[in-house]
Amino acid sequence: MSEATRAPAAAQALLARYAESLFWMARYLERAENLARVLDVTQTFEASGRPSQAWESVVRINADEAEFARRYGQTTPEAVRRFYLLDADNPTSIPAAVAAARRNARTLRPLISTEMWAQLNVFHGWVSALTEAEVAGDGLSRLSARIKESVQLQTGITEGTFYRDQGWHFLQLGRCIERADQTTRLLDIKYHLLLPSLADVGSALDLSQWHALLRAAAGYHAFRRVHPRALTPRAVADFLLLDGAFPRSVLLCVRQAEWTLEQLRSRYGLRGTCEPAERVEELRAGLEERDIDRIVEGGLHEFLDWVQRMLIGIAGAIGTAFFRDWRPGAGGPAEVGPGAEG
Amino acid sequence: MTGAASRSGESIGPGRESMAGLLPGYDPGDFFCELTRPREGDGGALATVVRRLAAIPVEELRRRAAAAERDLFNLGITFTVYSEAAQIDRILPFDMVPRVLTAGEWRRLEAGVKQRVAALNLFLRDIYNGQRILKDGVVPEDLVLGNPNYRPEMQDFPVPFGTYVHVCGTDIVRDQNGVFRVLEDNARTPSGVSYVIENRHAMLRAFPDLMQGIRLRPVDGYGLRLQEAMCEIAPFGVDDPQVVLLSPGIYNAAYFEHVFLAREMGVPLVEGADLLVENDRVFMRTTSGLAPVHTIYRRIDDTFLDPTVFRRDSLLGVPGLVAAWRKGNVALANAVGTGVADDKALYAYMPRIIRYYLDEDSILENVETRICREPEGLAATLADLPNLVVKPVGESGGYGITIGPRATRAELEACREKLLADPANWISQPVIGLSVGPTLTPDGLRPRHLDLRPYAITGRDTWVLPGGLTRVALKPGSLVVNSSQGGGSKDTWVLVDE
Repeated sequence: MSEATRAPAAAQALLARYAESLFWMARYLERAENLARVLDVTQTFEASGRPSQAWESVVRINADEAEFARRYGQTTPEAVRRFYLLDADNPTSIPAAVAAARRNARTLRPLISTEMWAQLNVFHGWVSALTEAEVAGDGLSRLSARIKESVQLQTGITEGTFYRDQGWHFLQLGRCIERADQTTRLLDIKYHLLLPSLADVGSALDLSQWHALLRAAAGYHAFRRVHPRALTPRAVADFLLLDGAFPRSVLLCVRQAEWTLEQLRSRYGLRGTCEPAERVEELRAGLEERDIDRIVEGGLHEFLDWVQRMLIGIAGAIGTAFFRDWRPGAGGPAEVGPGAEG
Repeated sequence: MTGAASRSGESIGPGRESMAGLLPGYDPGDFFCELTRPREGDGGALATVVRRLAAIPVEELRRRAAAAERDLFNLGITFTVYSEAAQIDRILPFDMVPRVLTAGEWRRLEAGVKQRVAALNLFLRDIYNGQRILKDGVVPEDLVLGNPNYRPEMQDFPVPFGTYVHVCGTDIVRDQNGVFRVLEDNARTPSGVSYVIENRHAMLRAFPDLMQGIRLRPVDGYGLRLQEAMCEIAPFGVDDPQVVLLSPGIYNAAYFEHVFLAREMGVPLVEGADLLVENDRVFMRTTSGLAPVHTIYRRIDDTFLDPTVFRRDSLLGVPGLVAAWRKGNVALANAVGTGVADDKALYAYMPRIIRYYLDEDSILENVETRICREPEGLAATLADLPNLVVKPVGESGGYGITIGPRATRAELEACREKLLADPANWISQPVIGLSVGPTLTPDGLRPRHLDLRPYAITGRDTWVLPGGLTRVALKPGSLVVNSSQGGGSKDTWVLVDE
């Protein structure tokens, strides 16, 4: 057999435009999943007594205050739900994120598996036709679960069907960078929510909210394995930021991004991995050298902000190294680019 | 096996009368029915299909047809319609009753298509190198040199194997006597082949019981054949050519087909901006820099290919592409300038063109066509105007056509005046009673008119995909099978010779 003489997968060229679309398809899907998690946990917070504050914080962590105020005015739970679940004109809504993921998938149809495309196509059809009734009241929790599951289904189909050459690595890069970013936002929601009433820190209400936060990140049981008894805010922040084994922790995602870039360099011989790799290394070192006490002392919000800015820098460096120069002077196609980056 | 089925008594027996009566409420009248008209050498397959179809209640047919169409939609086998308000994804309506061709019918169609493609390529080679046929007065010079699709840039430029038309779609109809006739050649960028294969897959999913045991020629080999032909025409000396498919992008109505073909061929689907030309060589932009490209199967029109040669405002093309091609550094399929051969004006001359180059009669006849620039053609047209279709040669898309039997007295008079004013601009043809096939309608299975577009791939040699795209006019009585006019499509079966 000629199996041994076959050109290695590394020899297969990947169009720069495809790499960019893979990176963004993964980011938009991850964004949709996490937004569903945020909305779900916010409803839990609302139930514990401060509805408008809880929903305001969602708008704030997505940096949507101005746009929201322009279109909806008053922050009511109904308006925020509509803004993120039904409003396709809002670029940070779930339907808009899924539509952007599908647009990228459409570009990628020659590359991705038919099963990946068909699932995303059906998911998009469903999510873009949601109605007011479906997002109201007790519908929200079920809806969030289904959105999460739909993205997870896509992830599973990808795992089982997508050819593992460099394209797969660009998809992984997009996913772990977005996931790291989203975990910082999930932590930040708690920060914003508590900001006006520091007196609550450590209270029963406070603890139940940290509890809910962990559950929103699907981390409650994993957390319990590491911390069987106590649940302190500090321990939760430590877990979500710095745990080395939890799939949604910032450190794990950053390490994964670092490994992926290394694969692209060593296995596929991509030039241009230097700049993004250096930036990822700086972020990873920044996470590893601090423990949670130092982070909290310096201000958790400020630290999360720094992580988010570093992630934006990494994404920019990846774009410059692999995507942006594919059409000189054009700066990349508008439809795949960052909608609400930063 | 079909033979086995008929031996086991499922066949309706040796009678050669129409089987239309087996389908409740189905009456094709005088039209040739592609399913219920018995033909020699079908091994009993036609009767088997009719019988099985008759045994499925119409509600069940509807349920399964709806499920099949939903699958097509979910799989994204769609074209996108853009309006001001929204983008709407539509499927090409799929009718589940197959169109069946016997092995003998297909042999004739296949030979006819090959002959036609050979003549088209010889014609193109001639008019772009020497123009013997014009000098011999077989085809009027102004029809070719004055044609908007004639490309002077192509003069004296040899292409590998003399193949200009690498992919050809030949539109064929069948008249009331069952005679196949060519209606039109599509020698530029014919589309629709993806539906041939997807319709077969849909059929296998939704109606496996209808096909069971009937041996059909497979349709899966198209991508592989196309890829082989693209490798054959690659520049001399390139061992492992990089083939790409050049598409206008996701907003093109045929984008699904571009995706389909790129996948079937296993080649990248590129847009103009993914390619660039340096030192008359073509490259694509990849994550590790520029990679050479050797053959381009292009699905964009001539005039958009290269803004330095054709339309300057084209953003879809690649500056310098034509120069790289002329240097022999990249192959283009189809070649530039093939549109001159599939023009309506040239169509009327095709039987003469076939005779001129191949010294053969046409295997597939044209629809009988009178050329009004010739005095006897004009006289015959004027004498029989109420019974003819009169078409202008320069237009496409059905503009300016007068259908005699449906025209008013005033319209016929206007037509007569136009003919006399500029006879060279017109041809006339008799009205063809297109063949029909049982089609699922709100009233049950009813006859609807069909056509057929086989696809031929030519590199070194010509290969024809068994069958082709059967389009069906879904409106009762309509002769227009075009998808923009409410047309659908059917799975096309070519029976294996027993």
